[in-house]
Amino acid sequence: MAIKRFVVGSFDDEAVLFPAVKKVRMAGYKLYDVYTPMPIHGLDQAMGLRDTSLHTAGFIYGITGTATALSGISYALIYDWPLNFGGKPHFALPAWIPITFELTVLFASIGMVLTFCYLCQMAPFVRKHHFSLRATDDLFVMVIECTAKTNEADLQIFLKSVGAQDVHTQNAETGWWLGTYSKNIPLVDDPKTILA
Amino acid sequence: MSSLKYESQVRPPLVVGDKSYHQISEDIIRPIENRPSKLWWIGFLTAVLLLCFGIFSVTREVIYGVGQWNLNKTVGWAWDITNFVWWIGIGHAGTLISAILLLFRQQWRTGVNRAAEAMTIFAVICAGQFPIWHMGRVWIAFFCLPYPNTRGVLWPNFNSPLLWDVFAISTYFTVSLLFWYCGLLPDLATVRDRAKLKWRKFFYGMASFGWSGSTKHWQRHEALSLVLAGLSTPLVLSVHTIVSFDFATSVVPGWHTTIFPPYFVAGAVFSGFAMVQSLLIITRKVLKLEEYITIEHIDVMNKIIVLTGSIVGIAYLTELFIAWYGQNPYESFAFLQNRVNLLSPYGWAYYIMMGCNVLSPQIFWFRKLRRNLTVTFFMSVIVNIGMWFERFVIIVTSVYREYIPSGWSTYYTPTVYEIGFYLGTFGLFFTCYFLFSKFFPVIAVAEIKHILKKAGDNYKAKMGPEEKETPEEFAHEYEHAH
Repeated sequence: MAIKRFVVGSFDDEAVLFPAVKKVRMAGYKLYDVYTPMPIHGLDQAMGLRDTSLHTAGFIYGITGTATALSGISYALIYDWPLNFGGKPHFALPAWIPITFELTVLFASIGMVLTFCYLCQMAPFVRKHHFSLRATDDLFVMVIECTAKTNEADLQIFLKSVGAQDVHTQNAETGWWLGTYSKNIPLVDDPKTILA
Repeated sequence: MSSLKYESQVRPPLVVGDKSYHQISEDIIRPIENRPSKLWWIGFLTAVLLLCFGIFSVTREVIYGVGQWNLNKTVGWAWDITNFVWWIGIGHAGTLISAILLLFRQQWRTGVNRAAEAMTIFAVICAGQFPIWHMGRVWIAFFCLPYPNTRGVLWPNFNSPLLWDVFAISTYFTVSLLFWYCGLLPDLATVRDRAKLKWRKFFYGMASFGWSGSTKHWQRHEALSLVLAGLSTPLVLSVHTIVSFDFATSVVPGWHTTIFPPYFVAGAVFSGFAMVQSLLIITRKVLKLEEYITIEHIDVMNKIIVLTGSIVGIAYLTELFIAWYGQNPYESFAFLQNRVNLLSPYGWAYYIMMGCNVLSPQIFWFRKLRRNLTVTFFMSVIVNIGMWFERFVIIVTSVYREYIPSGWSTYYTPTVYEIGFYLGTFGLFFTCYFLFSKFFPVIAVAEIKHILKKAGDNYKAKMGPEEKETPEEFAHEYEHAH
């Protein structure tokens, strides 16, 4: 990925954050992300993010599970090794419902969780830059990306005027890298700042 | 702004005291960062000792075979399967709290869901031990998995409830684990970001998968939780239904009844909530979390206990009625002679079951008793004893005297190794629970923060219309401004 320059403003109340998000977008700044300690319903819409398609992925995984179960059991009990249970039909669908259901749920769950981790780029030993350590505690951290047109001083004053408590500038790697949180890798102090 | 719409003031607060977001992190994560107390060590070591005794008992069973247990010609399932069903049932409350109450938007679940889900996972691990070791030649336990093999190709019987169980329990375990862990990610990140010690930064950094709290991630996380809850809800009902099919699809008198699935599910929730009460009454006291797991929470769970206990009671009476009304001599013998008759060999077990499960929870109709911690703790133990006896009664009193009197077995009593195995699963359960309470946040930190402004004591006082514009209105306005 790339190292970019960001202006970071922290808010301590979501009631202030919401109008601030709107004002930042109205003013035309490039809102990079908002980091919050808990889910805030409606913030994604206020930021203009589209709804996630994770549900659809889950549905597809579920259907895959259903198909796997039905085809697997049919293959085993009808084609590969047909057994005669008291003259009952080999295709005994009612008796297969429980396993079919379980596999549907199993595939959907595992698939969705893996997709979630992939989309959010999350795994053990994945290290990311965190703009503020208090973003997982009590602060709502708004991060605005600097572009060639951005006047940082103006932006800082603007963020303070919309209610940010602590405003500062950071250079940060936007992607993830392999690493642990016990060692501090000086990646973010790299002076080669790339302005998009 | 839909998120800031406040809840009715009539509802009692779910978080007591003057709490800020930071205070919540402090309160809940403090036990992880502090050294474990003496009480914790005593509890943990006792659990490990019990676990060792369990391992010893199981090892003997593996070496010498199932003959180490007092199973006999008709009582082939006894303590082991009783314990299996009992532990699985306990697990159900966790899923009910985390999934079904999420779908019903019951906000009180946030105080108790993390610990209850952990309990589910540990209970399912304990439950799984029984059918596995009961197989006897446990080293070929993998034969029950369907895979192309060299045995001819001999597939497991997909039409058998016992195989359904294999799928149901393993799916249940996997899905519960995923659900629990996904919920833990943000809280582990909170612990990581507060950590001062190197090992803690390493461990929680790895365990939190690099969670950052990005709005997009939260959006996906919410979607994931909701769908997993939607999947877990029918799953949890299916699991105990399938466990009940183990009995209901057989032709044994006393087992062959269509009422079993709903009756088992209600019983499972009943015993599970009792276990949640036992654990949380101690946890909230020891970890000083009374402001998050309030009397209000205890009260609501006691209401569920009296509801499910009464459903179980109706199921018992329906069974009895049908045994008489159905006029099947074997069925009525199983109920009227093997169970209801106090003078029959196992008559005492039936009355323990009735007393503990049907009569005793009725005291929770009284608000004062629902909100009394001592009474609740005592009742939670009583209910679990009762639910253990329910499974024992169903299993043993049905099989020890079946169709032909010549097949009637002698009085079954467990050996010390059967009891040791059961105690060992207690050891396993509590070892896991003690480790969990030391290394993981026992309350969902982010979820408590999420409900704080709706249900927090200090915020409920100053409610008011907070924000006029909805996100939809803003999105519309934004579109037209550019």
